[in-house]
Amino acid sequence: MPLLTVQNFNKTFAIHALEREVGAFADVNFTLHPGELLLVRGPNGVGKSTLLRCLYRTYLPSGGQAYYQSAAGMIDLANAADVDITQLRRSEIGNVSQFLRPRPRVSARELVMEPLLQAGVSSETACEQAEEWLGAFGVKAAIWSAYPTTFSGGEQQKVNLARALIAPRRLVLLDEPSASLDAGARAALRDRIITLKARGVAMIAVFHHAEDIAGLVDNVIELALP
Amino acid sequence: MDQPILTTTPPLLTARGLHKTYGPISAVNGVDLEVYPGETIGIVGESGSGKSTILRLLNLEEPPDAGDYALAIPAWAERNLFELNRYERRMLRVHHIGIVYQNPHMGLRMRATSGGNVAERLIMAGERSYATLRASARASLAVSEFPLDRVDDIPARLSGGMQQRVQLAKAIALRPALLLLDEPTTGLDVSVQALVIDTLLRLRREQPIATIIVSHDLGVIRTLADRVLVMRHGVVVERGLTDQILEDPQHPYTQQLVHAKL
Repeated sequence: MPLLTVQNFNKTFAIHALEREVGAFADVNFTLHPGELLLVRGPNGVGKSTLLRCLYRTYLPSGGQAYYQSAAGMIDLANAADVDITQLRRSEIGNVSQFLRPRPRVSARELVMEPLLQAGVSSETACEQAEEWLGAFGVKAAIWSAYPTTFSGGEQQKVNLARALIAPRRLVLLDEPSASLDAGARAALRDRIITLKARGVAMIAVFHHAEDIAGLVDNVIELALP
Repeated sequence: MDQPILTTTPPLLTARGLHKTYGPISAVNGVDLEVYPGETIGIVGESGSGKSTILRLLNLEEPPDAGDYALAIPAWAERNLFELNRYERRMLRVHHIGIVYQNPHMGLRMRATSGGNVAERLIMAGERSYATLRASARASLAVSEFPLDRVDDIPARLSGGMQQRVQLAKAIALRPALLLLDEPTTGLDVSVQALVIDTLLRLRREQPIATIIVSHDLGVIRTLADRVLVMRHGVVVERGLTDQILEDPQHPYTQQLVHAKL
């Protein structure tokens, strides 16, 4: 049974100040099964990130359906109530954004622990796992207790990935996760994706460097400019 | 948008058809609102849009012209809370609703000690033992990261950030089901803002409190709120997930508001 069935999915932005509408993507259709990695391809500005954001509901889809088989039943992500989306984000659907949103006074370790604590994991276990993930992505132990607000873009992105991928999820959206990473972290990301796939986690990804996931892609959708 | 299907717990707070006028001015004009347990709702909008009026109504500080208000709390769940008598109102507020005002003078007695301000809430709830009062007040102040060597200082001698922490300690002393925050970080410097936000996030992880926060600081809203209501002239012009409201606002007014941010 597919985890996600997307039909006639489309998005148009209405910009009131300019009194115009800007089309992003139209008529997207695909199905995704557990453990599959779907790659979204296409030139800049074609709506790849927009597609991911519409599935995560950071953007409001303009039309179509995205039937998601949650642990608690089938739900259309395009039309689901906001509180249901909040619940899915807490427990089932993960999102790796292009940038970390660090908070003042919150250390790298605490940021990575947070999704586990929210899932009810003990703080001892959460701490252990957070350090393991930070280490795997090559964040030096010396800065685990430091505040990522002061980190470089690359280091922030490693924290971002660890935070986004550490929590148990059934569907993960990855928006150019490797764009600002060094070779070591890119290899670590590849390892993690292999592990997640093996656990049955489905992923939808936009990758700037397609070679990072060479051999792992099960399906591709190609977005084209109108 | 569909009705919730995965979220099977009922809302903690349900308010329907809130109306409030002040003379010729319609401050709140037909607002509906639900808050689920563990959820934080942000209310944004320009000054005079009715945001703070909603909090005053929900805190039962003044009666609405019309509306229904229910909290899913044992013994109160079947009541329209706007119809409570004075005594019931007081009991409900003491035990189940905490509030932090932008202006600490509204929430604190400035000449009583900080510990005393928090203990007052416990006394109103019937606690009489001095030892228990002192211990509970200190515990609550510790949760809001108030330095315990200053428990006997009066709020008048504390900084704005410290005063907000005393307000927060008082608000959460009895583990309320509902926490109302009216511009809790406005006027504080950025590092104190971060501290207050951090405290709120930690608190929320420890207990599934339902929170409503009014703020014109969209950064604060982004950090704290799960969902947002955008208000203008007493009505909700848009509601949605916080990131959706901030990144893909639909209503012309919300687009203006979000893009006015530096």
